Parts: sequence; C-alpha cells; structure tokens
Amino acid sequence: MTSFDLNFARQDHFQLFGLPRTYALDGDALERLYRDVQARVHPDKHAHRGDADRRIAMQWATQVNEAYRTLRDPLLRARYLLHLGGHDPKIETNTAMPAEFLMRQMELRETVAEARAAGDAARLDDLHRQMRKEMAAQHEELRRALDEAHDYARAGEVVRQLMFQEKLHSEIDDALAAVEA
Amino acid sequence: MALLQISEPGESTAPHEHRLAIGIDLGTTNSLVATVKSGMAAALADELGRPLLPSVVHYGPPEHGGHVEVGYEAQAGQSVDPRNTIVSVKRFMGRGLKDIAHIETMPYDFEEGAGMVRLRTSQGVKSPVEVSADILRVLRLRGEAALGGQITGAVITVPAYFDDAQRQATKDAARLAGLNVLRLLNEPTAAAIAYGLDNGAEGIYAVYDLGGGTFDISILKLAKGVFQVLATGGDSALGGDDFDHRIFCWIIEEAKLKPVSPHDGRLLLTHAREAKEYLTYHGVAPITVRLGSGEYVDLKLTTEIFAGITRTLVQKTLQPTRKALRDAGLGPEEVKGVVMVGGATRMPQIQQAVAGFFGQAPLNNLDPDKVVALGAATQANLLAGNRAAGDDWLLLDVIPLSLGMETMGGLVEKVIPRNSTIPIARAQEFTTFKDGQTAMALQVVQGERELVSDCRSLARFELRGIPPMVAGAARIRVTFQVDADGLLSVTAREQTTGHEARIEVKPSYGLTDDEIAAMLKDSYSHASEDAFRRALREAQVEAQRLIEAVQSALREDAQLLSQLERAHIDACLAKLQAVMIGDDRRAIDEAMDALGKGTAEFAARRMNNSVQKALSGRKVEELDR
Repeated sequence: MTSFDLNFARQDHFQLFGLPRTYALDGDALERLYRDVQARVHPDKHAHRGDADRRIAMQWATQVNEAYRTLRDPLLRARYLLHLGGHDPKIETNTAMPAEFLMRQMELRETVAEARAAGDAARLDDLHRQMRKEMAAQHEELRRALDEAHDYARAGEVVRQLMFQEKLHSEIDDALAAVEA
Repeated sequence: MALLQISEPGESTAPHEHRLAIGIDLGTTNSLVATVKSGMAAALADELGRPLLPSVVHYGPPEHGGHVEVGYEAQAGQSVDPRNTIVSVKRFMGRGLKDIAHIETMPYDFEEGAGMVRLRTSQGVKSPVEVSADILRVLRLRGEAALGGQITGAVITVPAYFDDAQRQATKDAARLAGLNVLRLLNEPTAAAIAYGLDNGAEGIYAVYDLGGGTFDISILKLAKGVFQVLATGGDSALGGDDFDHRIFCWIIEEAKLKPVSPHDGRLLLTHAREAKEYLTYHGVAPITVRLGSGEYVDLKLTTEIFAGITRTLVQKTLQPTRKALRDAGLGPEEVKGVVMVGGATRMPQIQQAVAGFFGQAPLNNLDPDKVVALGAATQANLLAGNRAAGDDWLLLDVIPLSLGMETMGGLVEKVIPRNSTIPIARAQEFTTFKDGQTAMALQVVQGERELVSDCRSLARFELRGIPPMVAGAARIRVTFQVDADGLLSVTAREQTTGHEARIEVKPSYGLTDDEIAAMLKDSYSHASEDAFRRALREAQVEAQRLIEAVQSALREDAQLLSQLERAHIDACLAKLQAVMIGDDRRAIDEAMDALGKGTAEFAARRMNNSVQKALSGRKVEELDR
C-alpha cells in the first residue's frame, strides 16, 4: 500500500496533540484534545465515504488512541520521554533496586498472599488503595527527575521500580477477582 | 464493500436523498429492527403491529414444501417439532459443542463443525450463522417494506462481551442475510446512546444489560457528545434463559419427575418462563402442566423461592460489575446512574441487587426490550451520512477481552490488553527457538488467563521462509489490528534480513467472501440473470456513493489540490460517471478503483488539515457541514 503524507508519521505523541514535551501534563487538556481530534478522524465520521478515506481514518484513529494511551498513563509517559531522549532505562538487564524498596515490596506481597488466602476482600481493597498512594509518590519523583533535575538515570530507576509496583497492583486486582468469585 | 443490496432493477436512488439505514438488535430471545424517521428513532412493527420478532426459526419438513418459519409462527410450533425449531441460536454463535451449557437438555441434533457447532434439521445441516441469517433476513425485509426502498446499511448489535469468534459469526450472518454491515455495535453502548441522547446525560454511567442469554456491564463517560466506554465486562453465557432453567430444574425436583422427553422438556421450559414473567408483578406463580408422559405438575412458585434458587446467578452478574469498575479505576459511588437494559432486568431480585450494589435506584425509564435497537438505529443513521445539525456525537468503544500470542511452554503473551480503546494496533516481536529454524507456528488467543489452554484460540497459522539463523536471532514482528467493529486481523513479518515473509490472517472461523457469495447464490432460487443485475445494481449504488463523497470533498477542500491534481481527479470522476450508466460491472469496479487511488492523497491532506483545525480550537461544525 502506498503511504501518504499523514501528519502523525512525522510527529511524536506530544506534537500530535500540540502539547509540550514534559512529564507534567494537564490531564484535562489532553482528554479534551483527544476527544476533539478523535471527533474528526474516527472511522465512524467517515463511514459513508470512499475506501481511501476510511483507511486513512482507521490509521489516524489508531495512532491517536495510541498517543493518548501513552501520554495519559504516568509510567508509559515517562518511558516514552526516556525513549524520545535516547535514554534506555535497561528494563530487561538492570534489576538492581534499593534494599529498602525491595523489603517494602516483599512485605506487601506477603500481605496480599495472606489476604488472598483468607478471602479478605476488604483487606485487599485497602492494599489496592495503599499501592496507588505509593505509586502516586513515585509519579511525583518522576516529574522532579524528568522536568526539573533532568536526571535520566534516576528517572530510569523509578521507572523500573514502578513497573514492579504496577505488577503487584495488578496482582491485587487478580486476587480481588479470585476472592469475589 | 457491500456484498448484496437488493432493490428492484431499474429503480433509481436520487443523489443527496436521505439514506435508508436500520439498526438491528439480534437478541437471544427476541430481535428488533429500528430506524430513524424525521429525527426520531422508532422500532418497526410487523403487519400485526408487533415490534418484537421472537428469535425462533422452524425448519419445516421438506415433504410439506420445506418452509422456513421465523418469529411468532415458528414459536407456535416449537413444542410440536422441537428438534427442528431453533430457539436462542445466539448461544451457539462462534461456539463449539464443549462451550454450550445445558446441552443435554436441548432437543437438537448437534454435530461439531468447523469453528462452531452445526444443527441437523429436516432441511439439512445448518450452522448458527445460517439460522441467525434467517432471522436477520426477515428483519431486513421488514425494514425495506417500511422504508420503501433499498437499505444502504445496517448496524447490528452484539453483546459487549462477545469475543472475536462470536462477532465474526454475527457479521457473517448479516452479510448472508444480504445486509451491508455499517458497524457491529456493543449492546450496552447502543443503550447508552439512546439513553444519553434522550436525557442529555453527562458524567459516569453504568449500563447493566441482562438479556436472554448474555450479560454485559459497561462503564461509560458521557461528556460533550462523546460516549467513551471506560471498561466493559460480562458473561456471554449468562442470561434470562438460565433463570428459566433454574425454575425448570426446581419443577423436576419438586414434582419428582422422571427424565423428560424433548417435547415435555420444551413444554416445561415454556411454563418456567411464564412463571418467571408472572413473578415480576405477582408474589406467587401457579405452575400446572399435563405432560405427554401422563405426569401432572401442580406447583406454586413464590418470589422468595425464586430469589433463593437464582441467588448465585444474580451474584454472577455482580462479579464482572466489580471488575469493570476496578478496570475503570472507579468506585460504585462515582457512578451517576445505572441504565437497565434487557427484559431479564425486570426481575425484582435483579433490581434489588443492582440498587444495593450501586447504592441508588436503577434507571428504568427506557423500554428495556427496545432501547438497544433504538440506539443502533441512531448510530446507523449517523454512519450512513444522514447527519443533522447537533448530531455531532462520537462513540469510543473498547475490546472486552485481551488478545495475545502463545509463547514457549503454552504461556500467553498479551499483545493488546482488555478495555483498550478501538481501533488499535499493537506489534510484538518474537524470535526462533532452534538454530536454523525456518518456520514458526503462531497461535492467536483471546482471554485473561496466563495459560493458552485456558484462553480461546482464535487462529493458528504458520510463518514460513524465515532465513536460517541461530536460535534467537530472527525477529518476527507480529502486528495485531483491531478495527472499529472490534474485529481482529494479524500480520507477521520477519525483519532482520529484510527478507519479507509476510502473512495476513483473519481468524479461521470466519467465512470468506467467496463462501458467503456461494451461500448467497444457493439461497436465492432466482435465475443467474437476476444475480447479475443485482451485482451490477450494487456496483452502481456504490459508485454513486463514491462520486457524491468525492464531490462533497471537492466543494469543501479543493484548495488543497494543485491544478494538475484536480484535473486528474476530475478525469477519474468523469470516467466513472461515464461507465456507471452502462452494464459493464468490471469497468465500474476499475473506474472506482482509479478514483479511489486518485483521491487517496487528497483524503490524507484533508485529514491532516482537519486535525490541525481541531488543535487550533476551531469549531467542529465548520468541517462537517
């Protein structure tokens, strides 16, 4: 298939929405822009047109969804910023974490396992909230490292930790689903 | 492209006319067709004024002319000829024998078939797709009769929790019924459209949709004309039918009946359903039945007993509800309203459970039987291009189940997570396991579990021609694309050497265009001359549609083209206009193709331009006049 001059092919996700390339981001503005752009490019808006229009609409809508998904999520946004800046957070190879962080994760993991075994949905709910709080603190640290200190090594470290935390967070989800079943 | 649109040969469709579009709710128990007339969505009734069409198909004996009865007349005969009277066929769509619950109590003669079960009937072996197509055909004819013309296209609703196999089967059935499918639309989303547009609703809403055979829960955010689905969940094998079945089991136990015949089974199920419906407005339902075996049933089912024997079913709906809320990152208290959809939500124990869970009375101000069809009709009207001022709403929906690939050891690598907004494309790289490996078997699965054996296999295919390399050196890029109907296509490609071993698959249970065309040909007993004229007519309609679209684009954005480019497009337009009045189908197709190619770059520029306008904050209305 011939490729056409579609703007998004030349733009990063921030440029696509006309937003500054920073970690700090106005979530409401992003959502508004996402809706405005999607309202123009979505395949539903072009369903009555020819094949070429419909194909281009699908490509655009797919790209806009991908850009929105990436920018909206704090961890994905941080990884994307590191990627744009050419900084590899070495997710696969660098598994070193501060002892204190690891201790905390093990403690949480044990508590989750206990609550799951006991079928304690309320306790799991609490842990879920607790995790979210701890992750929010990490997001703030990412903002400091990326936007203020431009300390990409530190940002990479927080990204690696957050991936760990997100995994545990989704395990609590699974435990809740299992307990409620 | 539309496979078949039927109108009398020679009948003309004037340009810029209101395009006829319908919305169809293909339900487990009942189906409906609706359309938008003078700005209002309304269900279309049959000649006796009945809007519902029971989703029942009876294949009459060939010796009596081999009639196919659909709806009330088929329902009337269901206890006489249960084996050939198919009810709740939706439960079989895209499903194998092992997937179907309570199969032992069903009176049908099943056999396993490619992709899904088949039913042996007096008129031969039928796939659930064909049975569904028989229902859809009646609705299409009803639509054509009511609207007095050829239907441009239809939106068909599916349960949000339908997987790829079930969606593909539904789309195939619609095509087989001669419908041009504009979009598959999720049932709760259709209800949200009907509710949201009617009430000017803004905020977070939940749609609790318990139909005859499926349960969906969707969490949506409604804001400024955008219906954004945040999360969806459900159970595609849980519905009002299961409540009937609980009553059926209760009757057998209470009346101490011996194993019942298919005929008595159907009779008891009918009485179970009647008792269920009676209990919506009464405290006690009497059940008295004289069975063919001579046994006599005389029982009283109270609301309390009914609630007791169905408690686990009610709980089974709250579990996905919790999960969907969690996926949306919301608590029940953040939901502004709960829209109730589906006839089964009339049951008092459902109303109470939902009210208890969300801490508020659910919204029952819509007809739960019709709301899905009305939403579908509204969407169909918009997609067909009949946009009136103020009609500028947009729908953003999600996929209900994660999509992934099998990796070593039978594990699943998720490629697209559930609740991703569609359309979506995602690529993942895989590599070889052995030195010199030149082929790779790929399996695409759908589901949330980590083991392949616990997920549904959508497709298996082989990528061949990988250049021999050491293990782990090849890079196979597998791309998943899910379109706006929620349907998947997969592309795989080896890319280290630049050698392209590329394969594109649609999941294997879907019918190919050729198979559909062959089935269509079989189903029409007309002479081939008619088939030829129909195909020609269809191409002409398509050509006219394309010409109008290009002309309207030129009126709006001609300044984006150089004189040379404009001249080329004008030439393509003139060529198509010249050939479309003739009867050379191939020439029309070729001219359409040329016009499509000639306007692709123009379309790309228009889209870039449109996005720039959105970003610079201009009003949407400017472009979509």
